[in-house]
Amino acid sequence: MPPLLTLDGLSKSFGAVAALQDVRLELFGGEAHALVGENGAGKSTLVKILAGVYPPDAGTITLDGQPLSLSGPADARSAGIAVIYQEPTLFPDLSVAENIFIGRQPLRSLRRIDLAKMRARAAELFARLGVRLDPDRPARGLSIADQQLVEIAKAISLEARVLVMDEPTAALSGVEVERLFAVTRALRDAGAAVLFISHRFDEVFALCQRITVMRDGRRVSTGVTQSLTVDAVVRQMVGREVSAMFDKQPAAIGEPRLEVRGLTRHGVFADIGFTVHSGEIVALAGLVGAGRSEVIRAIFGIDRRDAGEVLVDGAALPNADTAAAIKAGIALVPEDRRQQGLVMELSVERNATLPRRWALTRAGLLFPGAESRAAATWAQRLQVKAARLTDPVATLSGGNQQKVVLAKWLATAPRVLIVDEPTRGIDVGTKAEVHRLLSTLAADGVAVLMVSSELPEVLGMADRVLVMHEGRLTADIPRARAGEEAVMLAATGQAAAA
Amino acid sequence: MMTVDAPPVRPQTRGARLARRAFLVRELGIALALGLLVAVTFAVNPRFLSAQNIKDLLLGSTILAILAVGQAIVVITRNVDLSVGSILGLSAFATGALFVAAPGTPIAVMLLAGVALGAVLGAVNGGLIATAKVPALVVTLGTLYVFRGLDYMWATGRQINAADMPPGFLRMGTDTVLGMPVLALFAAAVLIAVGYYLRHYRGGRELYAIGSDPAAARLSGIPAGRRVFAAFVASGALAGLAGVLHAARFGTIDANAGLGSELNVVAAVVVGGVAIFGGSGSVYGAALGAVLLTTIRAALPVLGISPFWQGAAVGALILAAIGLDRALSARVARSLRERNVTHV
Ligand SMILES: Nc1ncnc2c1ncn2[C@@H]1O[C@H](COP(=O)(O)OP(=O)(O)OP(=O)(O)O)[C@@H](O)[C@H]1O
Ligand SMILES: [Mg+2]
Repeated sequence: MPPLLTLDGLSKSFGAVAALQDVRLELFGGEAHALVGENGAGKSTLVKILAGVYPPDAGTITLDGQPLSLSGPADARSAGIAVIYQEPTLFPDLSVAENIFIGRQPLRSLRRIDLAKMRARAAELFARLGVRLDPDRPARGLSIADQQLVEIAKAISLEARVLVMDEPTAALSGVEVERLFAVTRALRDAGAAVLFISHRFDEVFALCQRITVMRDGRRVSTGVTQSLTVDAVVRQMVGREVSAMFDKQPAAIGEPRLEVRGLTRHGVFADIGFTVHSGEIVALAGLVGAGRSEVIRAIFGIDRRDAGEVLVDGAALPNADTAAAIKAGIALVPEDRRQQGLVMELSVERNATLPRRWALTRAGLLFPGAESRAAATWAQRLQVKAARLTDPVATLSGGNQQKVVLAKWLATAPRVLIVDEPTRGIDVGTKAEVHRLLSTLAADGVAVLMVSSELPEVLGMADRVLVMHEGRLTADIPRARAGEEAVMLAATGQAAAA
Repeated sequence: MMTVDAPPVRPQTRGARLARRAFLVRELGIALALGLLVAVTFAVNPRFLSAQNIKDLLLGSTILAILAVGQAIVVITRNVDLSVGSILGLSAFATGALFVAAPGTPIAVMLLAGVALGAVLGAVNGGLIATAKVPALVVTLGTLYVFRGLDYMWATGRQINAADMPPGFLRMGTDTVLGMPVLALFAAAVLIAVGYYLRHYRGGRELYAIGSDPAAARLSGIPAGRRVFAAFVASGALAGLAGVLHAARFGTIDANAGLGSELNVVAAVVVGGVAIFGGSGSVYGAALGAVLLTTIRAALPVLGISPFWQGAAVGALILAAIGLDRALSARVARSLRERNVTHV
């Protein structure tokens, strides 16, 4: 069978950075194809070329045996290529339904938009994905996971022949991923070609028939999934042996550091109470929409709490006061790096040192030397791949942006570290490094509260797993008893484990 | 695979409803402010609501409202058009000059000529912005002076008087149909047409999308360059129309027509709840903003407030409008963050 889509000899450079070099890729109808590689390997660049966003410096795209030239995203779409970008591309002011159908809204007489039909079709798409999202609400304020769900709905609504998904699952938890896969498999079995990018190998192996590995902008190999193992793929990705999972080092559990009592926000979550001790890593697990991110936002004071209290080292924090929270030693690594984590136009080093400007000042003046030294230290530890630390963050690959967010907060030397999806979009090697870092911080006496949708990460890192369901804490499981099943049952509200 | 049992169906989020209502709240707010102002002024001086005065108010609002509608189209795309006052001036002077040169020109042709001239000038703005990749603020600040300069060169100190224009044309500036001034009917027609287009047509929605997130618009395949160009052409065309109406209303035209009105227009748009960063607001709000600003100007003398305070009053209104927007959007954002996905 001839391939549906062929990329041949694809190259692309950004200034001195060669993001892609002579890459060849073949996608077959009825098949899901995985693209894996470290952060900055060039995956998203390839996706953007396929989407018509960047013109390639060299190389050809062939669809159905015909050469395809793309002068913009509209061309790719009309050629039948649907793309989910790594960063959500939603319009905050438009409704969710409009976001899905922008530029191709269903029409009625006189070429007017058929609002009722558009709404109904959006609702239909969400039903297929098994989520209930109001098509009429504006996209503003959607969590990262919900934004991804809207992007997915948008892509499948195109009924495309080639479906490209750049880390669509990075913020989703098991149940949503399973639903996405069910829809994707249906599209694939109907003859579509799927290109799937993910740093989660269990997903890659569950969905894809073929795997292409990229390293430093080049294709390393393409193989049939059945003949590959996770270890083999990882080895090809990084070019050396790495342990995919870091073994948590034991830490002495000390005094209570962060205490949360009866925390409530009406209609969002209710009566949340738990304690994180110094040296402890506590994971907050649950499905998307269970209210995990909302709880930590309230703890940090971004959102006002309606009832309850938050104590750090026994001292109560004022309500809705982030400055006080930072002063008390809390650091929050948010899930939405574009909106809450980074200033995209500023340089890497500037971003990395933003929260600790005052610590780096001498007599009120900020010396560039101190700033870049601090940035360099953390950038190196987290292996941020940037041409120069003075480059704007917007030019980094998705995973590397996430590393800058982490660097930014780790550099503040917090007493309580709250991380929301800390390894979202981060590759295996660095993931292990982040885990090692969190573990070291805990060993140094920091209390770590981690929200994560990735079950292996939760089970591997946490001393204790708190599970939320529908805005309530349904389980508090110590490490010894935390297993996949126990967490999932509590997360789906089926069992209130002890 | 694991099974998930269905949670109880939750009614749709409060946030969605609130967000939908926020638009209404915003426009209602201006309407209320307007009502309050009129009521207070009326209480002080009942003549404020005489038929003649109402007519004057409507007439006074008309030109500003048309300009505000055009400006709103541009601001929604996260741009701004500072040259509208100069376009109005050129178009007004061209109207007079054309009547001097060809006294018999029908009114409809006159209106079309004004619109066409404005559209061409708008296209100059749009073209410069698209090709030079310079922010609209800078480009239209430049054309503000260039267009006005052309106006001065053309006029060379001349003034065109009512006597130079046909009486039928000048009557258009004062006539009423069923008690409504003809000019106000023009503005209403423009307002409804543009409002309907922005709400019900793909092109209109794409203007909002562009202003909401320009980068996402590019990734979504929206022809942003073309749409922004069209927005400037529309703004120019409406300013051109306003120029013809200006000539009809005032009768005498020199090169200073519409001088400095661009800031009034931007003020009306902002007071009317069109976000200066694009993506939200409506032309209805902008038009209401124009009416409100005009009414304030008329009401302050009646209330015995010195004209020196007028500027301050307008300024306070702008700040109040922005404050209201912040408060509203903070409220909406807060409730939008409530849990919004549920699993079926
Ligand atoms: N617009 C740009 N300007 C300059 N450099 C860029 C730009 N986009 C990407 N790059 C660089 O190209 C390289 C490849 O980036 P790309 O986003 O394709 O990586 P990726 O494989 O998707 O990584 P990740 O897993 O982190 O998403 C990186 O070194 C990145 O810094
Ligand atoms: Mg990427």
